[in-house]
Amino acid sequence: MDMIEIHLLLVFMIIAAVVAVRVKDLLSSVVAVGAAGLGLSMAFLVLKAPDLAITQLVVEILCLIILIRATIKKDLPFSTSGRWVFNTMATLSFLAIFLGFAYFSLKNLPRFGDAIMRVSGTYLEQGYSKTGAPNIVSAIILDFRGYDTLGEVTVLFTAAIGVLAVMRRIGRRKAQGGDK
Amino acid sequence: MTAYFLCLVLFSIGVYCVLRKRNLIKIIIGIGIIEYAVNLFLVLIGYRGHGRSPILEHGRTIENMVDPLPQALVLTAIVIGLAVTALMVAIAIRIYEKYGTFDITKMDKLKG
Amino acid sequence: MEINNIKNEIGMTLIVKTVTRLTVGLILLYGIYLIFNGHSSPGGGFAGGVIIALSFIHIMLAFGKDMALKKLTVPFARVMISAGALIFLSVAMLGFTKGAFFLNTLFRYKMPFNLFSEGSIPLYEVAIGLMVGGALFLMFVTLVLMQKVDRDLEKRRK
Repeated sequence: MDMIEIHLLLVFMIIAAVVAVRVKDLLSSVVAVGAAGLGLSMAFLVLKAPDLAITQLVVEILCLIILIRATIKKDLPFSTSGRWVFNTMATLSFLAIFLGFAYFSLKNLPRFGDAIMRVSGTYLEQGYSKTGAPNIVSAIILDFRGYDTLGEVTVLFTAAIGVLAVMRRIGRRKAQGGDK
Repeated sequence: MTAYFLCLVLFSIGVYCVLRKRNLIKIIIGIGIIEYAVNLFLVLIGYRGHGRSPILEHGRTIENMVDPLPQALVLTAIVIGLAVTALMVAIAIRIYEKYGTFDITKMDKLKG
Repeated sequence: MEINNIKNEIGMTLIVKTVTRLTVGLILLYGIYLIFNGHSSPGGGFAGGVIIALSFIHIMLAFGKDMALKKLTVPFARVMISAGALIFLSVAMLGFTKGAFFLNTLFRYKMPFNLFSEGSIPLYEVAIGLMVGGALFLMFVTLVLMQKVDRDLEKRRK
């Protein structure tokens, strides 16, 4: 195969994801997800996307800080309930059917490394003369597809207001003034 | 072809984690793994063999550049994924303060 | 001794505090550099905004939340979010005067590959950088500040 680095990085990410799913300690699984995100950042570098590599690295760091801050002192005593074998077999058979159908439909995609660029050909040729920005990715997200960036700004704004609304303390003064 | 299939195997590991785990933080980790797999799949579709990054410089031509359109869409999706993860962690902290545990089988009161 | 007094305060150890004092200004400067050069080299508004938020979170992790809230107060973070969104919308609306939404009309200098080249894309980048940085810092401050009910809940359950 021609691109051996992509396949090695994908195998590394799969191993890190399996470790994150199977380990019982919460801190270890958060660290394993961090390793998977680092492998993803390296994969973006190999696929010639430097904007994405920088953004994925710093977003991964912030995601790790938020997850560790939330879970540092809270454990869960592990206990299994009944019907464990039936549930696991049902999930694994569903995933096997999904992967089987995915294999048949992935054959119709173009070969890896042979992109059909029908829309992007126009963007690459006329990008610099129409917008004046040498970075074509910035020209796409801020000039040709500006509506999508407006939607992203709205989603971020709503998420920030949502966190403020969820963590409000209405009964805070009651709890501090004595148990009722 | 193998790269696409391995990417979907990563996606199915995330789906298994969301469906079968009982700890709320493990479910959030599973959703994070699903986000990684989907972003990687979108960028893998637009790769061109021996291509160059889509940034013009002084002496370059535009031949043989990789596809910039999936990269533009994934750039927005990464930051939105972070905001949604932070919102999920905030809701999980509130649930812990009400029930005292992260176990999803013990959350059975619908009334707030 | 004085070193023992510094160690017993809130925050992390002495090594972390000294390294933070030396490097946090450079991290903020790198974030602003990525925002302003987003149109001609890799980077852009999103990565720069996240790095600006990370520099203030670094102060909060090393020194405790009081010192970080003195550097970037919560009302100023709210102003940052709203100003970023309003600048983005107003620069987009300026295109209405020439025919369409989001039309690229301003600053037609003819100096490519420099800091102030043509187009109105650097203004968009600054607006997005302000918005992303302010929103992520405000989310982290909210998650840290409002966790005080932990000890009361544990005492009542035991």
